Amino acid sequence: AIVADFHKKIKDAFEVFDHESNNTVDVREIGTIIRSLGCCPTEGELHDLIAEVEEEEPTGFIRYEKFLPVMTKVLLERKYRPIPEDVLLRAFEVLDTAKHGFLTKEELIKYMTEEGEPFSQEEMEEMLSAAIDPESNSINYKEYITMMVIDEN
Amino acid sequence: MGSSTSAPHRFAFQNAEHAFKAAALIQRWYRRYMARLEMRRRCTWSIFQSIEYAGQQDQVKLHDFFSYLVDHFTPRNHNERDFLNRMFTEERFAQDSEMEKSSDFESIEVPDSYTGPRLSFPLLPDQATALVEAFRLKQQLHARYVLNLLYETRKHLAQLPNINRVSTCYSEEITVCGDLHGQLDDLIFIFYKNGLPSPERAYVFNGDFVDRGKESVEILMVLFAFMLVYPKEFHLNRGNHEDHMVNLRYGFTKEVLHKYKTHGKKILRTLQDVFCWLPLATLVDEKVLVLHGGISDRTDLEFLAKLDRHKIVSTLRCKMRKESTKQEEEKKTANQPSSAQEPTPWFLPQSRSLPSTPFHLRPDKAHRAGRSCSIPCPGALDRQELSRHARRSVDLELERCRQQAGFPGIKESEEPSPLASGPDPESGELLEPTQEEWRQVVDILWSDPMAQEGCKANTVRGGGCYFGPDVTQQLLERYSLQLLIRSHECKPEGYEFCHNRKVLTIFSASNYYEVGSNRGAYVKLGPSLTPHIVQYQANKGTHLLTMRQRISRVEESALRALRKKLFAHSSDLLDEFKKHDADKTGIISLSDWAAAVESVLHLGLPWRMLRPQLVNSSTDNMLEYKTWLESLAKEQLSRENIQSSLLEKLYRNRSNLETIFRIIDSDHSGFISLDEFRQTWKLFSSHMNIDISDDCICDLARSIDFNKDGQIDINEFLEAFRLVEQSCSEGRDSACPQSTDTSDGGPSSPDPH
Repeated sequence: AIVADFHKKIKDAFEVFDHESNNTVDVREIGTIIRSLGCCPTEGELHDLIAEVEEEEPTGFIRYEKFLPVMTKVLLERKYRPIPEDVLLRAFEVLDTAKHGFLTKEELIKYMTEEGEPFSQEEMEEMLSAAIDPESNSINYKEYITMMVIDEN
Repeated sequence: MGSSTSAPHRFAFQNAEHAFKAAALIQRWYRRYMARLEMRRRCTWSIFQSIEYAGQQDQVKLHDFFSYLVDHFTPRNHNERDFLNRMFTEERFAQDSEMEKSSDFESIEVPDSYTGPRLSFPLLPDQATALVEAFRLKQQLHARYVLNLLYETRKHLAQLPNINRVSTCYSEEITVCGDLHGQLDDLIFIFYKNGLPSPERAYVFNGDFVDRGKESVEILMVLFAFMLVYPKEFHLNRGNHEDHMVNLRYGFTKEVLHKYKTHGKKILRTLQDVFCWLPLATLVDEKVLVLHGGISDRTDLEFLAKLDRHKIVSTLRCKMRKESTKQEEEKKTANQPSSAQEPTPWFLPQSRSLPSTPFHLRPDKAHRAGRSCSIPCPGALDRQELSRHARRSVDLELERCRQQAGFPGIKESEEPSPLASGPDPESGELLEPTQEEWRQVVDILWSDPMAQEGCKANTVRGGGCYFGPDVTQQLLERYSLQLLIRSHECKPEGYEFCHNRKVLTIFSASNYYEVGSNRGAYVKLGPSLTPHIVQYQANKGTHLLTMRQRISRVEESALRALRKKLFAHSSDLLDEFKKHDADKTGIISLSDWAAAVESVLHLGLPWRMLRPQLVNSSTDNMLEYKTWLESLAKEQLSRENIQSSLLEKLYRNRSNLETIFRIIDSDHSGFISLDEFRQTWKLFSSHMNIDISDDCICDLARSIDFNKDGQIDINEFLEAFRLVEQSCSEGRDSACPQSTDTSDGGPSSPDPH
């Protein structure tokens, strides 16, 4: 029954991007689909997943028949769990070496575009637009997290 | 790692590692957040699009229905005949001679008090520029000048070929713009950013100038003015909305009648003619083809170049002339077997699913089965080709229809007269296109590209095809072209390439569905013919919002529209929910809810993804459906006494009703007689399977006639059910005139004409 429920959820999410109604989606949308199903993989993990659902000779499209079993397994195993608020907060605190309670815009840009799995320019700009307080040119990360979490729910 | 490193180094190293990990974690989280936003945006888009296309389908269905009736219904007396004729008066014969009379506008006096722009012909460039400025300042052009401009426009258009040719030798750059849909702000912005039209700056506007937005009239005036001033450099293509039938539903007709209370009808009649003189396509340097919708695997540019485009008044309905028997036979031997068997109209009970019912309502997967050709108009049924069985069922259905509508029955042996009587009179033949002509034009005005190969009927829109990359390739090769530029579809970024960058969709109406929903774009072509895209969004406010806020706003709007639709189907939903609730507990699972909603609404939306926004009263994945329906109703209605199922049915068919009324009111007086209302409603409801008793309708009609003069004011009727107000509060529809005039709810004063 749980599996049936997962199947329905996966189908619905898949269909949003199945523009031609032929049970395929563009491989570039797979990340969005997987993440909207509640998973939070890294880019690396995402690439591995894509490799699993791709055709032997990659066509640029992912077929539903291949995607469904892989995604079901991911959901059943509760892989790539979302990140709890407090862990996220601690991550920001790690970057905030001076322990100010905020990061400057430059610091944020540096970390997000040079460390980890770097942001693209578009991603960086979008994050800045919401996160940075234009008056102080910094991000109060505790407030930011709270705002984002509320917004999600 | 270095155990031999000193402590500070190790500490630093660990710090670096921690920073790396921390950053990665934040990025991971952030990407998931954005993905969920993207999902919401897509769902929102689907909602708007599916509602829009369902509306288009509805309209196509409606017109098919009336077409079919007009072609096959045998009026028993002159009243019936008049009634039906009035539904689709083309008034073509009258128009052609009228067009020669410039006294149409010359007799109109412009009062001294008029402070708007004045035009004199031949038009000069600075007058066109002044027009733009005047409209920017919200002035209105006087009817006399409107008609004069339209008169000159028509003269000019009639000289143009079906496919215009433009060259980058003469103008250095050519700018192609897509759908504007009455959004004057976008046009002004384009001229501001890209420059006004001039001999060095050519423009092609690719159709759909009108409907939906509130300034369609102004857009037309500006476009026509520049076309007259720079005839060699300024080009217009016809879109599927340059069509008086479509305008009835999507707001342009309403806008004209509201802005021009005295001369609106004349303007509309003239426009009907001007629209069918608009060219069908533009060819740039013999290499880039620009047309509004798309192509099909049958698109024949030479054929299109030769046909008389003026004959195609509306792509929604076509009175077709029968092809001669010789032509039919030629077609049969030359073409596929599919031409031998015409599909039966969708609304007959004997109709099966595709391919015999091209206009099936469902947009969902199962019904997009392949057809290799575009949809022919059902009105073109050639009686000789119908099998005896089909013919008999047609007659039976017609009989049932007539009886329900209160018309006396006909004997079954009687043949309906229109097509059985010999060949059409001379004048009829000249005025009507052949099926092939009509189909070719519908294809280029209505089709959409798809990713798969092939060509199949566009069931979502109800007209034209979906064409694949192979179809594009074929056409480009056949005519030695390198790019197809088309519009017709709203795109989030204002443009989109597909088919290996051989097809470019360009859409110039920003914020089309809602403020913040999408950008607009235009494309520039230089002598190298490399497309250079420019995007914009005509509402500064949205720039300051974050993506999250923009998406939220648009989402809100989409959900409101969706909840309205859900409410309109309350009774059907209740029935469907009950089916899932065999034990009559009043509770169903959320999964069942999703299934039930889809089976009633047929919108093909991802209900499970939307569920959290639509249902907030569930516990443990179960839902008390009656309570939910009630909460929907509370949102939509403020007065408790309006809870009848009649209202719901009417509400659901609001757009159809409005369209029907406007069709019946063919002289655009704003009034229809009680009897016409009753008759029409009967015919309509019997075929749409709406179950309302005759008494109910009579009572309803009488109650609407406030001043008891035997006439119903259309807007009064709609307002009586607060429907006009609803559409005004959405802010999306074009001008809602009477609701601003009748502030204290009395019947509005009738139009002097």
